[in-house]
Amino acid sequence: MPLVSSVEHEAARVDERELLARLRAGDEGEFMRLVDELGPSLLRVARLYVKTRAVAEEVVQETWLGVLNGLDRFEGRSSLKTWIFRILTNTAKTRGVRESRSIPFSALGDDADDESGPTVDPDRFMTDGEFAGHWASPPRSWSQPEARLEAAETRAVIQRAIEALPSSQRTVITLRDVEGWSSQEIRNVLDLSETNERVLLHRARAKVRRALDDYLQLGS
Amino acid sequence: MSEHDHHELTCAKVVELVTEYLEGTLDPLDRERFERHLVICPGCETYLSQIRTTISLAGRVTEDDLSVEARDALLAAFRDWSRA
Ligand SMILES: [Zn+2]
Repeated sequence: MPLVSSVEHEAARVDERELLARLRAGDEGEFMRLVDELGPSLLRVARLYVKTRAVAEEVVQETWLGVLNGLDRFEGRSSLKTWIFRILTNTAKTRGVRESRSIPFSALGDDADDESGPTVDPDRFMTDGEFAGHWASPPRSWSQPEARLEAAETRAVIQRAIEALPSSQRTVITLRDVEGWSSQEIRNVLDLSETNERVLLHRARAKVRRALDDYLQLGS
Repeated sequence: MSEHDHHELTCAKVVELVTEYLEGTLDPLDRERFERHLVICPGCETYLSQIRTTISLAGRVTEDDLSVEARDALLAAFRDWSRA
């Protein structure tokens, strides 16, 4: 496994050097491919910091201008993607301050009171006897037709549940599960420890599952 | 959790380990205990499978692409930049 990942890593680095060279040479096709590839992710992350889609789009625009500004000086110490998202979060934070929306990770304290304790209601488990700690009321399976799970309405339930999360949990689950980033990438961009990232993700997933469960059980 | 604890996991513990399990960060001993518990516990198996479903559905939440105007503006900015 270390062999494979170092080979992949090397391949990614070569690709990135090539990409950089093309961008610096003014290859606009390559630039627009990157814009399109990262566009939805950039927009989504921007939305974590600012109120409206329109402002988020401005933040993304500003980010790309910042990228062009810094491209010749970019030394490749982080990956290109990490660097671009750093520019985005800095830009978005500045806009977010102006818009006075709560800022993820400004102090990482916005949900400090929500980083311990069980993620499943303790009443669901037996409290004493031989089976203490085992389910008293186990989760009921989601025997939903696939179509209902895939429905736009179900996605909306998930989206609302994510939006209702404390901002650092919201950011981590958005990047990890919605955008499919690796934990490593998330830790790089957000400057989180491995444990912290995982705790935030864990709490976020449990809450979104719970919201989905409430919704799906209601109809069954 | 303590490495010297030979007791089987409780459900209350299992639900707090699902993320570590899915992220592949449980140590081998805990992983084995986790999997052993799942085999005998339909409740935890359901819970894990619901978390998996949650993750996969979250991956389908979509944000649309940049607007055409924004895209055009970026292309123009890139042309300016590369000419500069
Ligand atoms: Zn169990």
